[in-house]
Amino acid sequence: MKEKRIKEKARKIPFKVYARNTWQLYLMLLIPVIYMLMFRYKPMIGGIIAFKKFNVFAGIWNSPWVGFAHFKEAFGSKDFWNALVNTLILNIGDLIIGFPVPVLIAVFLFEIRNVHIRKATQTILYLPNFLSWVIIAGIITQLFSTSGLVNDIFRKVGAKEVNFLSSPFIWRFVYWFAGIWQSAGYSLIIYLAALTATDPSLGEAAYIDGATRLQRIAHVTIPQIRPTISIMLIMQLGKIVSIDFDRPFMMGNTLVKSASDVISTYVYSVGLQAGRFDFATAVGLFQSVVGIIMILSVNQISKKMGEEGIM
Amino acid sequence: MSELKSKADRRFQLFWNTFFVVISIVALIPIIRVVSMSLSSKDAILGGKVFLYPVQFTVEAYVRSFHSGSFVSSFIYSVFLMLGSTFVCIVMTVLAAYPLSKKNLKGGAVIMTLFVLTMYLDPGIIPKYLNVKSLKLIDTVWALIIPEALSAYNMIIMCTAFKGLDSSLYEAAKIDGCNEVQTLFKVALPLVYPTLATLALFYAVGRWNRLSDVLYYVNSSKLYTVQMVLKQLIEAVKLTQEEGIQSQLVADNIKSASIVISMTPMVIAYPFIQKYFTKGIMLGAVKG
Repeated sequence: MKEKRIKEKARKIPFKVYARNTWQLYLMLLIPVIYMLMFRYKPMIGGIIAFKKFNVFAGIWNSPWVGFAHFKEAFGSKDFWNALVNTLILNIGDLIIGFPVPVLIAVFLFEIRNVHIRKATQTILYLPNFLSWVIIAGIITQLFSTSGLVNDIFRKVGAKEVNFLSSPFIWRFVYWFAGIWQSAGYSLIIYLAALTATDPSLGEAAYIDGATRLQRIAHVTIPQIRPTISIMLIMQLGKIVSIDFDRPFMMGNTLVKSASDVISTYVYSVGLQAGRFDFATAVGLFQSVVGIIMILSVNQISKKMGEEGIM
Repeated sequence: MSELKSKADRRFQLFWNTFFVVISIVALIPIIRVVSMSLSSKDAILGGKVFLYPVQFTVEAYVRSFHSGSFVSSFIYSVFLMLGSTFVCIVMTVLAAYPLSKKNLKGGAVIMTLFVLTMYLDPGIIPKYLNVKSLKLIDTVWALIIPEALSAYNMIIMCTAFKGLDSSLYEAAKIDGCNEVQTLFKVALPLVYPTLATLALFYAVGRWNRLSDVLYYVNSSKLYTVQMVLKQLIEAVKLTQEEGIQSQLVADNIKSASIVISMTPMVIAYPFIQKYFTKGIMLGAVKG
């Protein structure tokens, strides 16, 4: 009752008083809002050149329409399919190989009682998260090149030299490995936090009922952090067609182009390097649209399955 | 639990403790390796003698990196760029988040939705590039600051922090005659300091590590950040490797030294980063 009355009163504040109290707030908002329109929404409108034959001199508005010609060209282009398939392969590999790693590390790290080892592991695994892909690519090249550490070890034990960085097939594993090295620590922290919030008495009860440790991990611990796991999974699934630029661009090289050319690098080379703005925009737009559809549908499906969504 | 003392448990603990020590060492090997390479003589590297510790210890590679003017000047420039860009980002984020944290602000919900949508609607590289170009920012330092000046994600985190403040504080400030600007600076900002520091670190690390926009928006080498200079260095070596030419391997210790130098700001800041980022991840992980 009281709240309602207060609310009604608030609604009746005369415009002059409201304005006097809040004009500064609107003034503050002015810059970010103009910024948002200029740098986030204006480029979205600029995206219409995906349907035009873009002419630098005529500009975005006066260039002639061509309908879906660029999209048709993209779907007929081998390079485009190569980039799309590679994007999917690299992302799916990240999902299958990379996703379970931090979950498992977190679960077992949580079980050990030595606080120092626990803290040190967490600290060390999180560090590569703050290194740029330029640095990581530099380090990884050093490790896996023919004269690198890994091949040194191979030679010492008498194994055959492996061309990690020039065979497209093996290169993918290096890419996935680098991804785990770079980002496992980040997810690890999220999972550890989720584990801290779990109820230890459930595990104790299971112990008294005779469950082994592995049974407890599988049937008590992991189900308790399932919401966190599923949110992380949704986020990664939603991004399955989009790929960051720096990582494939820096990790790839000319010899593994057939595996390392992805949408983001393809758009860069076709658009910014070769200057085909309209065509590259169409490719980027395709990726964005599929990306949104993916996010929405994954979110919907997970809600149907009784998990929490992200939206 | 009585299990604490059981033999099986001790075995379990021993096994996993050892396992994680090994994992940590393995995760550190790439970094140990690059540091040892940077401190070894080029003869030792060429002879394949360097393993996980420096051989024929020398700081020659560092001296040479420091003497090559372009690397040092791009390093200093990158530090200033990082500081400046972080400042701009924080100002923008606060300017947006503070008003939007007010429940009664008319039109606030609409503006908030517009910000949230930007997280999902990506115009793509080319339209962004054409936009930056049409604003005549190409090849200026602003191209490396403004396009990423406000992240909706960080803004929402900031907004949540402001919302979390006790509303009686705002009322007290109002009664004491503070206007909104004064309330922001004297009441709200000091209280959200931890979130502010977290976001500043988010922005700073992002700026330091980002390569893509330097590649897209900047042509003149004066504006190259450390990452870009390092990329060119690394790529010079990459090419020779692919062609199987070993003659330029000399650059390997220099390259390692450059990698180590560009890592240092992050490694030095790591204790703070870890403290705040861990909190920051949690802020972001809270569904809101």
